[in-house]
Amino acid sequence: MSRRPLVRECPPTTWYFRQPRYLRYMSREITSIFVGAYCVLLVVGLQRLSAGPAAWEGFLLALQSADSIVFHLLALAAALYHAATWFNATQKAMPLQIGEDFVPGNVISGAHYVAWAALSVVVLYLAGVF
Amino acid sequence: MTPLKERLVQLEVLRYNPDTDTEAHFQRYEVVCQEEWVVLDALNKVKADIDPTLNYRWSCHMAVCGSCGMMINGEPKLSCHAFLRDYEGVIRVEPLAHFPVERDLVTAPDDFMEKLKRVKPYVIPKEQKPISEGEYKQTPAQLMKFRQYSMCINCMLCYAACPQYGLTPKFIGPAALTLAHRYNLDSRDGGRKERQEVVATHEGVWECTFVGACSEVCPAHVDPASALQQMKITSSIDWIVEHLIPGGKSARDTVSREDAGDIS
Repeated sequence: MSRRPLVRECPPTTWYFRQPRYLRYMSREITSIFVGAYCVLLVVGLQRLSAGPAAWEGFLLALQSADSIVFHLLALAAALYHAATWFNATQKAMPLQIGEDFVPGNVISGAHYVAWAALSVVVLYLAGVF
Repeated sequence: MTPLKERLVQLEVLRYNPDTDTEAHFQRYEVVCQEEWVVLDALNKVKADIDPTLNYRWSCHMAVCGSCGMMINGEPKLSCHAFLRDYEGVIRVEPLAHFPVERDLVTAPDDFMEKLKRVKPYVIPKEQKPISEGEYKQTPAQLMKFRQYSMCINCMLCYAACPQYGLTPKFIGPAALTLAHRYNLDSRDGGRKERQEVVATHEGVWECTFVGACSEVCPAHVDPASALQQMKITSSIDWIVEHLIPGGKSARDTVSREDAGDIS
């Protein structure tokens, strides 16, 4: 009897349509494009700031355009989704054992959300919001 | 006693005969089943009454042996754990994805077996001691640290679920890496340095992009995704210690865990 195994290739560009969970994964990965684009925007802002008051004013004006506001809303949604997936991952990546038992996962993720909120308050305080 | 309910089940099964076929094709079977049967029972009925040439693997019929993994409606499942009552219409049964098909629903596990060997999935004692000195003892807390990861039944459903393994076959993959983690976490073990040569590479944990599908399909609730993320963290700490701390020695050179000490 011959041995002639049949190899079925994983389709390199369409595999993520095979399962809803693959689409969820790809949507998480795509959020990083917005996070990256926002970082580029911040770098451009710094460059404009160093180029003098006129350049900075022009940059601020450009931020008020409709395109810019749409981009910021999309980037905010993507960043929030991205952050939530990371915080939810912490319970898998950083288990905490006390005695024989492990701390429940939602406590570990929850602690990250609390730290996030606390740091956000600090940043807003430093920015003079309060 | 209420009579058992019967149901006509339609199965669409992938067939491949290496002696005669160049391609696989689907074959439709209609078989009368009991409502509370699993897909494996339906296949057994097909083989007994309709088509004795149908090939598939199974053994325990109780989700312990890990032999009967198949794609059922595109989802990696143990066919002994896939209840007919959870499916409507035609049930599509295929061999496990990402593995070569040997015949019908039988896949070739050679690649997985080879990778399993590479991660040295056994206790490599920190110190050898003569039998006269007694057992290598372990506290319940030390056992709990890795117990979850020791529950793997090598069914390979996680490999069939992992798109990274499908796209990059050199990836060591979820189950083998999780077993490496299981032994790294064992207080009796001193083999992490040896395993890191396979684990902390681009074929190892760094090929994982945390799709998380492995943990969703695992019938033993091992959660391979968590093991791999934990290994990424320890490997990153190794790198920082080795490259950024003057005179630092990574875990490649030393094995140190907070509770690695023997108890007596």
